[in-house]
Amino acid sequence: MSLQPDRDASSDWLSASQIAQAVAGRKLSALAATEAALARIAAHDGVLNSFTDIVAERARQRARAIDATLAGGENVGPLAGVPFAVKNLFDIAGLSTRAGSKINRDRPASLRDATLIERMEAAGAVLVGALNMGEYAYDFTGENVHDGPSRNPHDPTRMSGGSSGGSGSAVGGGLVPLALGSDTNGSIRVPSSFCGIFGLKPTYGRLSRARSFPFVASFDHLGPFARSVEDLALSYDAMQGPDAEDAACSARAIEPVTPLLALDIGGLRIALAGGYFEKNLFAEAREAVARVGTTLGVTRTVELPEVARARAAAYVITTTEGASLHLDRLRTRPNDFDPAVRDRLLAGAMIPAPLIDRAQKFRRWYRARVLELFNDIDVIIAPATPCVAPQLGQQTFMLDGVELPVRANIGIHTQPISFIGLPVVAAPIPLQPMPIGVQIIAAPWREDLALRVAFALERAGVALAPRPKGF
Amino acid sequence: MSVAEPLDNYIDAVAAALALPIEPQWKPAVRANLEVSLRLARLVDEFPLPDEIEPASVFAA
Repeated sequence: MSLQPDRDASSDWLSASQIAQAVAGRKLSALAATEAALARIAAHDGVLNSFTDIVAERARQRARAIDATLAGGENVGPLAGVPFAVKNLFDIAGLSTRAGSKINRDRPASLRDATLIERMEAAGAVLVGALNMGEYAYDFTGENVHDGPSRNPHDPTRMSGGSSGGSGSAVGGGLVPLALGSDTNGSIRVPSSFCGIFGLKPTYGRLSRARSFPFVASFDHLGPFARSVEDLALSYDAMQGPDAEDAACSARAIEPVTPLLALDIGGLRIALAGGYFEKNLFAEAREAVARVGTTLGVTRTVELPEVARARAAAYVITTTEGASLHLDRLRTRPNDFDPAVRDRLLAGAMIPAPLIDRAQKFRRWYRARVLELFNDIDVIIAPATPCVAPQLGQQTFMLDGVELPVRANIGIHTQPISFIGLPVVAAPIPLQPMPIGVQIIAAPWREDLALRVAFALERAGVALAPRPKGF
Repeated sequence: MSVAEPLDNYIDAVAAALALPIEPQWKPAVRANLEVSLRLARLVDEFPLPDEIEPASVFAA
C-alpha cells in the first residue's frame, strides 16, 4: 500500500477494517482511499447505475482533513478514511433529498447531514455520494423510472433488489466497502440477498433516522451494508446511540458488538423457521437455508404464529401510512410519480380506518406471541428472499406451477419480521451463478447474537460476499 | 352491474372526499391495488382479537 492513489485492482477490494487500519497506521492516506473509491465509481457505475450523486470535492476535503489530523498524531476513529455512500433518502448538506423521486428534487438543499452520516464521519469515514433507490422506498426491485434501475453486479441484466438498490449494487460491486440504506419491509435484506452482501436491519428504534426521508414511520429502520460481518459491526457500532431528533430512537446506551463477534456460539439455541417460511421458495432459497442449518448443526424448527396475517397487516399499514405521507403530493403532482407507486398509494388512501386499527392491534398480538418464542430460542434462521435476483423488468415467476407477480412476492419472508422490529442480519450464501441471502433473526436489542452467528458462518466459509466477475 | 362497479363507485366517493384526482385511465390499476389491500385487510379482520387488546403504538404522555 502506498500514500499515493493506488488504482491497482488488488487494493480496490480492501475491506473497511483493512482500510481503517492502513489509514490509521499511515500506510495508506485517507485521500488515496477516497480517490480509489472515486476511480472505481467512475470505472464501473456506468454499468451499475448505483450512484445518483457523487460528492467528490467534499470527500477529498474530508480525507485531507483526516490525513492532517493523523499527521498531527491524533486518532480519527475506527473508520479512518473508509469511503461510504448512502441511499438518497439520507439528507446530505447541500443536496436535495430526492428519496428516489422526481418531486423531491424541488425541495431546498439540506442544511445538515443525517445523524447517521454525522456519526460515520465522526468515526473517520468519508462520504463519497448518494445512491439510487426505488421511488419513495415503496419498492423491492431497485428499479426507478426517473433514474433508471440500479443493476446487479453479479449479472447486470438482473435486479439489484430494493428499495436500497444502489446500496446493494455499490457494495456488491466493490465501489465502496460500506453503504447505508433503509428497511421498512425488507429494503436492506432484499438487496443484500440479491447482490450477495451482508446487511443489518437493527432493532426498530436502535439507529437514529433523524434527517432521513420517511416512508412508514412505525416500520422505518436505517442500517448498514458491507462485504464482511466485521465491517457491518464496525459501522453499526459507530452509528449507535440515542438521538432526541428521532422520536422513535431508543434512549438505550451504546452496546458495542465488535468485541463480541468471535464469541463461541456453541451455547446459542438456534432454530430454523418452519411453516410459512418453508413455503413459496425456489430451490436456491431452500439450499441456502439448508447449508446454514447444517453448518450450525440446527436440529430444531420453530413455527411463528399467523405469519401470513402478519405479512398482510404489514402490507395494509404500509400502504395506508404511505398514502398519508404522500397525500398532498398525490393531490398536486400525481403525474410526477412513478405511475405504479402512485396507483398503490392512491389505493392505500382508501382503506377504511377500522381495518387499519385492527392491523395495529393484530400487530401487538403477534409481537407478544413471537417474543414468547424467544424465551427458549436465541436465533431463528429464515430465507431472505424466495429466489435469486430476477431479471430487470420481470413481472412474474413460476413457482410450484403457479404464476406469481414478482414485486408482490419478493418481500414475503422479510415483511413479517420487520413488522415487529426484530433485528436481522442478512447473510449472503455464495451459490452459483447467483448468490442469495438468509435472515439471521434475534430478539429485540440482541443484534449481537445475530451478528455472532453471521460471523461464525463467515468463518466457516458458508456465508461470504462473492466478488463478481468483471469488477 | 359488473362486479367491479361497487368498488369503482367507492373509489369515486373516497377520491371526492379526499380531493384526490384520479384520471379514468388510472382507475383499473387503483382498483386492482385496492382489491389486493382489501383482501389482505380482511385476512387480518377475520382474526379474533380480545376487546382489550391495545394497538401496537401506545401513546405515552
